[in-house]
Amino acid sequence: MTEGATPAAPTQGPATKRSWKDVLASTEIDTRLLGMIASLLAIWVAFHVLSDGSFLTARNLWNLSVQSTSIAIMATGMVLIIVSRNIDLSVGSLLGFLGYTMALVQTDSVIAFFGLDLTIDGLQDKAYVWLVALAVGIVLGALIGSLQGFIVAYVGVPAFIVTLGGFLVWRGMIFRTGDKQGQTLAPLDDTFQLIGGGAKGSLGEWRSWLVAVLACAGIVASIYLARRRRKRYELAPRPMWADVTLATLGCLVVLAGVGLVTNKYISPITEDPTGIAYPVVILIVVTLAMSYLARRRRFGRYVYAYGGNPEAAELGGINTRRTVMLTFTLMGALCAVSAAIQTARLNAAVTNLGVQNELDVIAAAVIGGTSFAGGIGTIPGAVLGAVVMQSLRSGMVLLKIDSPSQDIVVGVVLVTAVAIDSAIRLGRKRLALASLVAGLIISAIIIQTGRA
Amino acid sequence: MTDTHTEPAPSERGGPPLVEMRDIRVAFGGIHAVDGVTIDLYPGEVVALVGGNGAGKSTLIHTLAGAHPADSGQIVINGVPVTIHNPRDARLYGVEVIYQKLALADNIDAAGNVFLGRELHTRTGALDDSAMASATQKVMARLNPRFKNLKTPVKSLSGGQRQSVAIARAVHFNAKILIMDEPTAALGPAETAQVRELITQLKSEGIGIFLISHDIHDVFDLADRISVMLQGRLVGTVKKSDVTKDEVLAMIIAGKKPGDVSLDDIAKLH
Repeated sequence: MTEGATPAAPTQGPATKRSWKDVLASTEIDTRLLGMIASLLAIWVAFHVLSDGSFLTARNLWNLSVQSTSIAIMATGMVLIIVSRNIDLSVGSLLGFLGYTMALVQTDSVIAFFGLDLTIDGLQDKAYVWLVALAVGIVLGALIGSLQGFIVAYVGVPAFIVTLGGFLVWRGMIFRTGDKQGQTLAPLDDTFQLIGGGAKGSLGEWRSWLVAVLACAGIVASIYLARRRRKRYELAPRPMWADVTLATLGCLVVLAGVGLVTNKYISPITEDPTGIAYPVVILIVVTLAMSYLARRRRFGRYVYAYGGNPEAAELGGINTRRTVMLTFTLMGALCAVSAAIQTARLNAAVTNLGVQNELDVIAAAVIGGTSFAGGIGTIPGAVLGAVVMQSLRSGMVLLKIDSPSQDIVVGVVLVTAVAIDSAIRLGRKRLALASLVAGLIISAIIIQTGRA
Repeated sequence: MTDTHTEPAPSERGGPPLVEMRDIRVAFGGIHAVDGVTIDLYPGEVVALVGGNGAGKSTLIHTLAGAHPADSGQIVINGVPVTIHNPRDARLYGVEVIYQKLALADNIDAAGNVFLGRELHTRTGALDDSAMASATQKVMARLNPRFKNLKTPVKSLSGGQRQSVAIARAVHFNAKILIMDEPTAALGPAETAQVRELITQLKSEGIGIFLISHDIHDVFDLADRISVMLQGRLVGTVKKSDVTKDEVLAMIIAGKKPGDVSLDDIAKLH
């Protein structure tokens, strides 16, 4: 793929025989991402068939989209942490702690900040309390993330240890936040609840169409602008047919998503088309912002450079410590966003919120192609990884498979995905195929024997 | 062991030296990796730094590159004393380094590596990948016209192509002082020839080059002067035209200056 991947002189040469690999390479599409999308579609179709046609329904896909958001949002941050050769085991506990803190603002008007509890009389009745709660959560999350990142980057304690400590600390801190000793906090502010989705927490019909149209315009504009930039610098542009296909496909997916899923799902409460759920809107915004950060900003370039070769990054004059610390800062802020979605969805803060989320988030990033060797992993891949995991779980729920068996299958898929990925990376196609077959057979046996 | 003073800088060159490193000392724990070494470099000159493993060549040059601080000593660039704390400082003074292990981020493409740490950005602060790719293409056209793989991660490039990327980085940013740490160690014969050609070209453009090398043939083909180090000390600096390969080998192995080498010593070498 090394030679073909260059946008060499466009297809002017007469009768140049080009394999489909070259054609694919000339489109500069991430083949790994393509493979993941194909696997996801295969999983969907398989579950649809096995469940006698109840998987690919508007209702199920709409639920799937909402259920994937929390893990997917955190996975976008975890990618950057794993790419820079670290790990964050504290995200589940941190999510629980931040969710509890945000709930406390709404139920008791208390802003709890490391034991400095600040009570603002009447705050819980104000219309803007949801914004205060969200801001407190995000700021606190970023601060805690920075603290952990500081210890990793500047003090030099391995991330595994620092965040293992955080895993214990933040779960324990839930019981020492305010004077509630871990009692369930509920109900939450009405506006805050919308963040979790649900019948009211969605865009509704016409706003969803508006978003779809804007998204299509965005896709076309970004492809056009990229083309123009390349021309300006006299670089060979991507083949025209590839750009057109990509734009068309992108728009079709967006329009189908809104037309066939979100607006086809009639809310059982309002009896209107539901539209895109707010948490999904948040996920889309986070994914776009994180992709931009990772691919188009210096910070992202430095994260990948450090992950690829820490020494080279250092010698290149990059402030590597600051870069590493900032990946944890971001992770903390993203935990707060996910915490808001989970508490809002539950309309309560409970002490075991986010338990085991760290494992799901890491699994999503890894299934999405992030490598523990460092330097490799993409934001869209991690989001897809989260959707794959959630698809497996919700598909198995439809098949009435008990939750321990679900865990077994997700575990098998995790290992299989990484085995296939590393086999392909090493160019060992037969090993990849063998891994795929083995994973499929084991999963099928467990699903078949686990059906109630 | 002989005295560790350099010869006076060749006065016929006129003008101040590009770089003077005076009495540099670096210790790791109790070990003096570099122990009071003084060397200099003039514009358009190649000074080879030779010595066995652990002689302190790389450590000495790292202090100029900003990769490791000196414990004491002075660095003077164009007659002005400077302090270099990190690679960024070094670059401000026009010092560019091509490291032995190439110091490339394998997962990033050629343009990304050329501009690593000095990315071009648009008005909104986003990376200007097209501008960087375009600039890289221009430098490459000069260094290695066959180089086409601008968009692939450098991991998938050959040793020579990777070397081109490392050199392009130095050339694009108008290095005044170029440090090459074993530039041909990882290369095949054809690629080595290419790098040699390039060194000659850069030299003719007035760039001063410190060449660290194990390869005595490289050294004799390319260098104007040769500084020999042994166990952290400078054995001496000689003009290439004044010495033979055997004499330099004697300096490297026995730490003896050419005048002090007896036929016995040379016999022992063989």
